[in-house]
Parts: sequence; C-alpha cells; structure tokens
Amino acid sequence: MQYDININGKVYRINLKKAPAPEHPDRWTCRLDSRELIVDAVQLGPNALSIVLNGKSFEVRRESLTEGQRIFIRGRQYDVALQDPRSLKTKKRAAADTAGPLKLTAAMPGKVVRVLANEGDTLKAGMGIVVVEAMKMQNELRSPKDARLKQLLAREGMNVYAGDVLAVLE
Amino acid sequence: MFKKILIANRGEIAVRLIRACREMGIRSAAIYSDADRVAVHVLKADEAYRVGPTPAPDSYLNIERILDAARTSGADAIHPGYGFLSENAEFARACERAGIKFIGPPAGAIEVMGSKTRARQQMEMAGVPFVPGTSRALESVEEARTTAAQLGYPVMLKAAAGGGGKGMRLVGSAGEMAPSFAAAQSEADRAFGSSEVYLEKAITNPRHIEIQVLADEHGNCVHLGERECSVQRRHQKVLEESPSPFVNTDMRKRMGEIAVKAAKAVGYTNAGTIEFLADADRKFYFLEMNTRLQVEHPVTELVYGLDLAQLQIRIAGGEKLPFSQEEIQPRGHAIECRLYAEDENYFPSPGKITVLSEPAGPGIRLDSGICEGWNVPVAYDPLLAKLIGYGGTRGQAIQRLRRAVDEYFIGGIKSNLPLFRRILSDPAFVAGETDTGYLERLSQAVAPGPGGDHEVAAIAAAVFASLGIHNNEGTSQTKPQSGWKRAARTESLL
Repeated sequence: MQYDININGKVYRINLKKAPAPEHPDRWTCRLDSRELIVDAVQLGPNALSIVLNGKSFEVRRESLTEGQRIFIRGRQYDVALQDPRSLKTKKRAAADTAGPLKLTAAMPGKVVRVLANEGDTLKAGMGIVVVEAMKMQNELRSPKDARLKQLLAREGMNVYAGDVLAVLE
Repeated sequence: MFKKILIANRGEIAVRLIRACREMGIRSAAIYSDADRVAVHVLKADEAYRVGPTPAPDSYLNIERILDAARTSGADAIHPGYGFLSENAEFARACERAGIKFIGPPAGAIEVMGSKTRARQQMEMAGVPFVPGTSRALESVEEARTTAAQLGYPVMLKAAAGGGGKGMRLVGSAGEMAPSFAAAQSEADRAFGSSEVYLEKAITNPRHIEIQVLADEHGNCVHLGERECSVQRRHQKVLEESPSPFVNTDMRKRMGEIAVKAAKAVGYTNAGTIEFLADADRKFYFLEMNTRLQVEHPVTELVYGLDLAQLQIRIAGGEKLPFSQEEIQPRGHAIECRLYAEDENYFPSPGKITVLSEPAGPGIRLDSGICEGWNVPVAYDPLLAKLIGYGGTRGQAIQRLRRAVDEYFIGGIKSNLPLFRRILSDPAFVAGETDTGYLERLSQAVAPGPGGDHEVAAIAAAVFASLGIHNNEGTSQTKPQSGWKRAARTESLL
C-alpha cells in the first residue's frame, strides 16, 4: 500500500508491506522515499503502537482529528494528514472555508454567558459580540473588522463546542 | 485527634487531603456536585456526600449544604483545601458555630488578610515592608492622581477585595487615570461586590516569591523558606520551585523573619503563605497573605521533608509544632508543574480523558485528580494535576521533570504539557532567570526548531492506516480545526 503522509507541509511517500518472518511476526518492509527500511510494528491498542526501527524503540500513541490525526512519540506531537492527491474533497473543503462571509467561531467549549450585539448591528473592529465562559475563564469574541452582524447564532445560556460558529459577519 | 474529616473541596487537593487522613488513620468524607459523582476524590474517600448540582455556588460554595453533609457524616473537622470556601471567614465562623473544627486560621485573621487595604494597614503597624502606595480606599480620581504623582508613574490600581488579576489596572500616566479608575472600580464591583480600589507603585517585571509559615495554637510560629512563583500566565502561577534560584541565605533569613512577624501581627495559626514582590536589587515588599494551604505546597514538603497537610491537621487538633526554626533545614531542590486542561493559547480544554499514561520513577511526585475515562468538567478550575520533580540540585530536578514530562500522556483533551517541555529546556529558565514577565517573553520567542522523529511519525501513521484501525473514540470537545478556523480565531480573538 502506498501512502502520502503530510507532516507540517512536508510529504513522506511510504510504501508499506507486511513481511512476517519466523522470528519477526510483526515485520513490515517500508520504502520511505527511496530508502528501504525494515520496521517491526506491534499494535498495543486501538491507538498505540510499539515500533522498533534499526534497533531504536518508539512508543507511539495516536489521537484522531476529523481532518487528520495527531501522533505522539516520546512527548513530542506530530499533526499528520494522510493525503490522497486524487481526492477532490480536500480541495473543495479548502475552498468552502475561505469563501463567503466571515464566520466567528468559539475558541473554547463552554457556555454563552452574555450576548453583546444584535443581528443587523453595524460593528466596529474590536467590538464585543459574545462572551463565552469555561473553567472560570471568560472569553469575549470580538469583531475582527468593521462589519455588519449578518447572523447571530449564539444565545445566552447556550452550551457551545470549540469551533462552533457563533456569529456571521459581512 | 480527629476521628473524621470532611474535605470541602474537589480535584487533586481533595485527593491529597484524603491521602493525609488515610495515613493518619482518620476517616475522610468527600463532597461532590452532580458533575463529580465519579471524580477521583469521590472514589478515594471513605465516605461521599452529594452537596448539590454542578454550578459551584450551588455545591462547593454552598455553606449550608456542606455543613449538613458534615453533620450527617459526623465529621469533627472540615478541611477547606484551597479556592472555594478556604478563605471565607463566614464559612470558618459557621463551622465554629456548628461545633466543627475549621482546619485553618481564625476567622478574624482571614478577614484582615482578605482585604488588601486592611492587610496593608496591619503590616504598616507591624513594620513589614510593603509596596509603596495607599493603605486606604481612594475616594476620587483626583486623590488617585495626587497619590500617583507622589509615587511616580507607572502605578497599579488594585481592588481591595481583589485576587486573580481582576480589578487591576496598570496606569502609565496621569492622562490614563480617569478611565482606568472607573474601569477598575466597575470590574472590582462586578467581581467582588466591592468597588474599593487603592494604589500601589508598579514594580516592572518583579519576581513573585512567597514564604510558607506554620503556626500552632500555642504561640509558636516558624517559616519554611521560600517558593519562587514568577512563572505565571494571566496572574496565575504555572510553575513553582523551592528554593528560589534568586534568594540567598541572607535574603531567606530576612524574608522568613518578616513573614513570621506578619503572621504574628494578625494572630495567625495553621499553614499560611506570605507573598512578596522582589525587585532586581533583592528588595522585597509584602503583597498579600494567603490564609490557606497553597496549590504549590508540595515543593516545600519535598525540600523540608515535611507533610504540611498532616501538620495542618495536627495543629488544628491542638498539637504543638514538633520542631523549632533551628531544627528545620532545606535540602535539595523541588519544582512543580501545574497541569492545566488548556491549549497553547491558554484556552480551556475540558472533555473526556480517553487515554492516560502517568510518569513515575526517581524524584517524581504526581498529585493528580484525574483518571482515564474521567470527563473534565467545564464548570471548575482547569487544574488537572501537579507534577513535581525533586533532585539534590536544581539541575537534577529539571532533568527528572523533563524526563517525566516526556513519559506523561493525556489523550482526549489538550493540556499544557508541551509548554513545560519548552520551559524546562529554555536556557533562561535553566539559568534561573524568571520574573513575572518570563512566560510572555517565552511565548514571543521563536519556538525551537522541529527536530524529533518525523519519519517515525509518518511510518506510524502508515502502519495505523494499513492495519485499518479506525479511531472511533470520542476525543475532546475541541473539534479539530482547519487552517482557516485557526486563522479566524487568531484574528478575532488574540
């Protein structure tokens, strides 16, 4: 199987094949760019691996993100995306995100404790729109530019997740 | 000695106090809100009582419900921990009225130290140096301007009932005074129900150094040296250590004596902490007194070989201090990292802990309030655990902590572990060059280059994909972010 793995913009092309040997049932052959590597990889759990590569031992953990995943090795973390260059989905998603009115999202999960503006208001840059509270910290969502508040989705008392759209500006 | 102690708190400090009780053969009674039914402190305690719904005012701050639980359990003492009701004089009095011993200082001492202006008046009488400024509430903007002109700008406006950086304004010139005065007053009023503000000379990027004191109910009082607490974000401590790399033997002795004097001036008993600001010339000024056990007490415990929680209980039980000032000596070095559920911008990150792998080994102490599967509630403080490293020298403590931070893995939510990885490797921190502006400077500096095992990470991702392991486990409440959302957030919020 061939994978294009993108870490921080750098793409690693990996060809991976299971190649068990009598004393190495978890052996894989791996071509990384132009190098041939022998990898011993044992699954420890749904999100944990032990990798032995050239005598070096790595305890690997993983967390999924909706767009990609995060790999942890020895306290460091790597945001990883499996790329399929033929897919249009990625490109479409990227386009949808940048086009159209400006959506303001919650920076953290929490509760909307105050709504400071009304739909249709003309806002100056820096004016507060919504206050979200979590873990004893209040965070005021401000307008990044002079704009009209096209849509206000936040309601006082509402619970929100990080990334939820709270207001739309135009 | 007490037979049963009710722990009027939650999280890691409740667990720490339950452990002290267990070691002393005292039964422990936990309290919990609806969000905390299966919190670690409930699992570890001998008894557990529900005190109300999730919001703190209905549960952990509800004096009547807590006293009801204490009466039901038959506890003969209450330990308030830190935060919540720990510095509430009314609660201390209510315990006394209910015939239950409050493990802490007398209500009167809490009251005096709870008002910054009253505390400054007391310190003035006792001859304790404090930051130059007023010791009384300011009547008007004019008075503020006159005083500020005498002190010299910049000055700091502060709420008398304040704490946690609320009701605080840095004023750089006379022109800024009127709006800052109004803002500080209204913020203080909203946060503390008192609009009283006073003025202090602003000390630029001071060190925040505090002295632990311990006083019994027989007139004996000792100090247990200092803790350096300059590494802060939003006026909250992130990393503390003892001893301070800045404090020499002479300064320690002088600060210790002053701290004992301050404690005696208000008739203090039990464990308490005098906070000082220190400038580059090693001059130090009284800032405030925390009339409770501090979050960062473990570094003092390790360096002095004492158990402060147990000593608190013994003192409240009427015992005398088992040592004199001359008999206690610091040994080695300890550093504490406060693990918060927060992202790299210090935004809270509550949610479910899907995987937890904790460090151990030489010189490592972990005071934790979390476990795998635990849902970190959005309603309370983001402190998850305290990772403390001890070594014969500061260098060894740092090495051990670096190693332990790399062993630590918390899955499902974000934590500030990456921040500690960075601090512990930062040359300025290693050289002991910390002041309250340290973290701000660090966040503006360029992060060290990538390094690491990128190829292994790539191979691991391919192996995961090839094994067809799909991660269906719910991660945090933080939905992963696209580049656009990240950018929008930066633009709109920072």
